[in-house]
Amino acid sequence: MIAELKPYLFIALAGWIATDIWRWLGVLAGNRLREDSEALYWVRAVATALVMAVTAKLIVFPTGTLAASPLWIRLTAAGGGFAAFLLAGQRIPVGVITAILLLAGLLVLMP
Amino acid sequence: MSSDRISSSGLGWFLTGARGIFSLPALILMTSFVGFSAFALESGISRGEAVFMTLSIWALPAKMILIGSMTSGAGLAACFIAVTLSSVRMMPMVASIVPEMRTQRTPVWLLLFLSHFVAITAWVFTNNTIHHVPREARIAYFAGFGITLTLVNTVIVAVCYGLVAAFPPLVAGVLFFLTPVYFVVSIWATARHAVVRIAFVIGVVAGPLFAMIEPEFDVLYAGVGGGTLAYLIDRALRKRALAAKEKAS
Repeated sequence: MIAELKPYLFIALAGWIATDIWRWLGVLAGNRLREDSEALYWVRAVATALVMAVTAKLIVFPTGTLAASPLWIRLTAAGGGFAAFLLAGQRIPVGVITAILLLAGLLVLMP
Repeated sequence: MSSDRISSSGLGWFLTGARGIFSLPALILMTSFVGFSAFALESGISRGEAVFMTLSIWALPAKMILIGSMTSGAGLAACFIAVTLSSVRMMPMVASIVPEMRTQRTPVWLLLFLSHFVAITAWVFTNNTIHHVPREARIAYFAGFGITLTLVNTVIVAVCYGLVAAFPPLVAGVLFFLTPVYFVVSIWATARHAVVRIAFVIGVVAGPLFAMIEPEFDVLYAGVGGGTLAYLIDRALRKRALAAKEKAS
């Protein structure tokens, strides 16, 4: 019984607590921020830079099957999708679909 | 969305939020969780463990890192450090939406409970839609979306585990690519402040750059350093705009 629960205890400590502790600190910090405060500008900037750093790493250094694909194909697909998104008046589906089609097309044509 | 009609019904707004499960970001995340269940099986994680991870950790990158550390045989302390370093972003993400969500009467325990459902997709969705929701309904609206999204994806992992052993490489590649591409366009589209766009550009460049220079703390440097730089640039631009305005008047 105890042995069966061990991996769950492991996940609860090294996963659950390790992530939720930051969410709870975020609530305590955010509760002190006024909506129009200068500090909130900084918090927004740091949150966005952190998320975009993680996102860009997923494109430049992917894991799984894409890890073997050429970098230029991934950059062309992401950049082309973003350009199409801007040209289409910032329509999100246009950007996503263009990027996916470019990626699939280039992977098939240039194996 | 009937945001012009002031609804006193918390349940109504909870259900409006829950309907966000049919939105593009929710659908993209659900395909990512189908991929996650295949990854968990491949890594020797049991169905029960994969389901428990989805419910308790929720953020997808943190789960991938935990599985990666566990399968490499790392101990409890090493796994904790790897996961917690990757999750620092949760703090500014949560802190930036709390001032827009709460009212003066919102209890802290409720915010602490609901913060568990924040991950990148819910954060982007909230930034995108919360302004169409009256302030006193925002907590119910977020709870509806966040809790539904987490529970549906937990069910997806429970059902799809073992069902999809592996995708054909092209399909797996496209599924993997959907998530970052969606974040790129949606975060740009939902930026309501210039500082977000400046931080976006700096984060995109600094993330991979620091990954090559300082792979252990790359996201921290790119995020905290890059975010601070973006803030300083934005503040200088705002000051200049203000000075020009005063000169003109």
